Amino acid sequence: MSRRDPALLRGLTRTRPTRRTVLGASALALALSACGVRGQGAQDAPGEDFWEGKKSNGKLTFANWPLYMDSERTQLKEFTEETGIEVTYDEAVQENHSFFGKVQPKLADGASIGYDLMVLSNGIELTKLIELDYLAPLDHTKMPNFDAYAGEMYKNATYDQGNRFTVPYASGITGIAYNPEYVDREITGIADLWDPEFKGKVGMMADPQEVANFALLLYGTAPGESDKKDWEKAVSRLEEQREAGIVRRYYQQDYIQPLTNGDLWISMAWSGDVFQQNAEEGTELEFVIPEEGGTLWSDLMMIPYTAQNPVDALMLMDFLYEPRIAASLTEYINFIPPVPEARQEIAEKAEEASGDEKEELEALVDSPLVFPSDEDYTHLHNYVPLSAGQEEEFSPMFLAVTQA
Amino acid sequence: MAETTPTTDEAAPAGGRTRRALPYLLVAPAWLWLALFFVVPICTVLSMSLMTGDLYQGYALTWEFANYTSAVATYWEQIARSLLYGGCATLLCIAIGYPVAYWIAFKGGAYKNAYLLLLLLPMFVSFVLRTISWKAFLADEGVVLGTLKGIGLLPEDAYVLNTGPAVVFGLAYNFLPFMVLPIYAVLERMDHRVVEAAQDLYAGRIRAFAAVVLPMSLPGVFAGVIMTFIPTSADYVNSQVLGGAHNTMIGKIIEDQYLVNNAYPMAAAITFVLMAVLLAGIFAYARALGTKQVMEVQAR
Amino acid sequence: MTATTEEARPATRPAARRRPRRRIDWGKYFTWAVIAWLLSPIAFMIAFSFNDAQGRHNVTWQGFTLHWYADVFAYPDLTRALVNSLLIAVLTMLIAGALGGLLGLALGRYRFRGKPLTDLVMFSAISAPEVVLGAGLLSMFLTMNIATGFWTILIAHVMFSVSFVAITVRARVLALDPALEEAARDLGASPWTTFRLVTLPMLFPALMAGGLIAFVLSIDDYIITTFVSGNTTTFPLWIWGTTRVGTPPQVNVMGTLIFAVGVLLAVINAVLARRRG
Repeated sequence: MSRRDPALLRGLTRTRPTRRTVLGASALALALSACGVRGQGAQDAPGEDFWEGKKSNGKLTFANWPLYMDSERTQLKEFTEETGIEVTYDEAVQENHSFFGKVQPKLADGASIGYDLMVLSNGIELTKLIELDYLAPLDHTKMPNFDAYAGEMYKNATYDQGNRFTVPYASGITGIAYNPEYVDREITGIADLWDPEFKGKVGMMADPQEVANFALLLYGTAPGESDKKDWEKAVSRLEEQREAGIVRRYYQQDYIQPLTNGDLWISMAWSGDVFQQNAEEGTELEFVIPEEGGTLWSDLMMIPYTAQNPVDALMLMDFLYEPRIAASLTEYINFIPPVPEARQEIAEKAEEASGDEKEELEALVDSPLVFPSDEDYTHLHNYVPLSAGQEEEFSPMFLAVTQA
Repeated sequence: MAETTPTTDEAAPAGGRTRRALPYLLVAPAWLWLALFFVVPICTVLSMSLMTGDLYQGYALTWEFANYTSAVATYWEQIARSLLYGGCATLLCIAIGYPVAYWIAFKGGAYKNAYLLLLLLPMFVSFVLRTISWKAFLADEGVVLGTLKGIGLLPEDAYVLNTGPAVVFGLAYNFLPFMVLPIYAVLERMDHRVVEAAQDLYAGRIRAFAAVVLPMSLPGVFAGVIMTFIPTSADYVNSQVLGGAHNTMIGKIIEDQYLVNNAYPMAAAITFVLMAVLLAGIFAYARALGTKQVMEVQAR
Repeated sequence: MTATTEEARPATRPAARRRPRRRIDWGKYFTWAVIAWLLSPIAFMIAFSFNDAQGRHNVTWQGFTLHWYADVFAYPDLTRALVNSLLIAVLTMLIAGALGGLLGLALGRYRFRGKPLTDLVMFSAISAPEVVLGAGLLSMFLTMNIATGFWTILIAHVMFSVSFVAITVRARVLALDPALEEAARDLGASPWTTFRLVTLPMLFPALMAGGLIAFVLSIDDYIITTFVSGNTTTFPLWIWGTTRVGTPPQVNVMGTLIFAVGVLLAVINAVLARRRG
């Protein structure tokens, strides 16, 4: 049909107006597109007077990760009973960077992001949030529960000295998980992840900070004290591991299924994931804190500076630090609560319970994955502390390994 | 050619000017949409690739051509790998798709459209869902591999998932219809009597095919190659789901640079390099086969 | 030349035309094998929508159940994502259908300046990789400080669908017999009435086909949507998010239902097309 279309042929051969139109159009388009992008710092950076004149509005919106609260939202219901404040809960946080990417433009514009309280992990996004002045400074005079009940290691972490902007919601350990069905011997440390015996069956994490921590710890460098030279050595160790074909893949969080079905035999893993998997599906995956050291990370509660109901958010933050509330939360999410007394609460509840429930609660109480001992804590490190400038060097180095 | 020649001009008094303007009025909305949301964005990528800055200070146009050298130097491996996987997937699609297109066009009979519908049916399910299902299928001890290992056809520690071939497999799977349809379109329009005559003349179906059918179907293959090679090279979902430690494709890098690192100038530079490489490939290919044929098949 | 072929024919193929050939039609088996291959993940998805999965991972068969179908809307976020996807797909179908239909009509009917440029732009829009389109749109929205979200997704989806609709409509327009419209005009109908009562119904199958293409492209799109979605979640985006922790069976259920509706629409379209000849 079009083969015989003389108009098309004529048009193809008539070049002058086409070229002129194209040039003119592209000049216009270029002009339109040459405007830059302005700096993304907060419009009206929150100062110490942030809380002046603010009062409770009776409601708040809470953004959290999936599977971080039971589907009945028991703790939120208790909060509403006690204070009368209504809470809208949204499992909006899938990944730190995607959530950050979503809220960042609105925060840069000084607009509300639709949430008053959000939970994000410590790491690069947190650094960005703090340096861009997107977070409201917390008023600790209104947080008696945190003061009284939070464990010592959760106050004053390297990523947020003095808990100026954040308090932990739940913490976890990054260690090594393995499937005893396929692994005959006992796994003890990070060196096992480099063992050629497990070629093609080893999982590592894709997050640059996680993978960097392990590579640094492998040769005895604490992440908190590492510098650029250490990072470079870490990168070369990781590249060796990858080039030898030992690493199957760099996983985001989806290593559990491959571990269960035999695609992976051993992997970097988060404590709560292993616990939940064993509890829900009856698998027998093992989790160890490496002898060279593991990392302790936290998912932190924070209030954006454009929140509509910051006072209510602050009240909920503090409410979750009551030991019995922290205990009931831990029963579901199986990650480490920032309240050590929660363990006592669960132990007491276990004594009064019976049958299956008693077994589950006792398993929780005894689990070093949920309640690490003091000795365990000595083996745990924080992430590498990075300022925004350092992060621009750090990330590309390690992303080059995981995104080869 | 269906051009509205005014045979009965009496019906168009005041309509004369309107009729001349009519085509422009018809195309204006679509033109505007494409100009604003296709042409301008491409130019924005170009201008953004020449900016410098970061999230805190903003980004400004500084004609930073070093972004390009930096992009190529850092990511040439992923770019090359993307082209390689795209090429392999395209070849695989030709190998699988051409026979299918041929059979449906020549032997499909009354059910031609039904066959085409069956081929296109998977498109109704989300592409993400389809690729994830393959992950379950190809598990080390899963339905496929487990059975093969049980029979003894495969060694115990063989695995397919998280390798380069798995990615190529996924790409070929997802983009096969894009190869079959253009080839089918050309083969179907072919005059079957020509083919029969060729078969008689050449005393053999294979020779008739090679000498007559194949050359005539090349425009379809060409269109199919374009419709397959470009998306497969730039796709990264298959690599994310089915790939392993050393299979990252350039699309993932671009996504990360935009959405994770907020390194917009670098991201735009990589995007532009990818675009340029693919365009260069098409124009070289088009030159080899003749420009007219590009527009021809596209206009089907 | 003809004489030699006539002589050659009986020598090579004596009574072949009358004897039924018992050759294996490899092509048929191959085609059916390919179709089966293409549909196998779909079968898997449908099968596992009935799986009585206990844990979070729906990959090993644990028994038949219908309760996921009863419990489809258990995840409010998933429901919201699905609604977003459907809404965007329908709007894309309507808008791209209108814009693309007009464009296709003009391209097939009229001569005008800029036709080759339009062809070029349409061709580029179709063949450009999704990463490039998504990156471009995001770059533009960033420089213009436009917040990404529902409307930017819609803009992107219409943009990449328009060309497909236009090509489908143009092909149909070029095949139309102008005699009917000329007859209408001879009988005194105005151009608008002719368009409304004669041209539009004749174009309808192409518009339906193009609209269906736009719908499918929109509801399935992942890459471009990732770039411009901002705060909004669509169905493919939600599914992708769950690959980290395990995809719930409700996703399979919804996928099955969408598939069923799509099949129905395609079959209806085919039947209508055949009836119109």
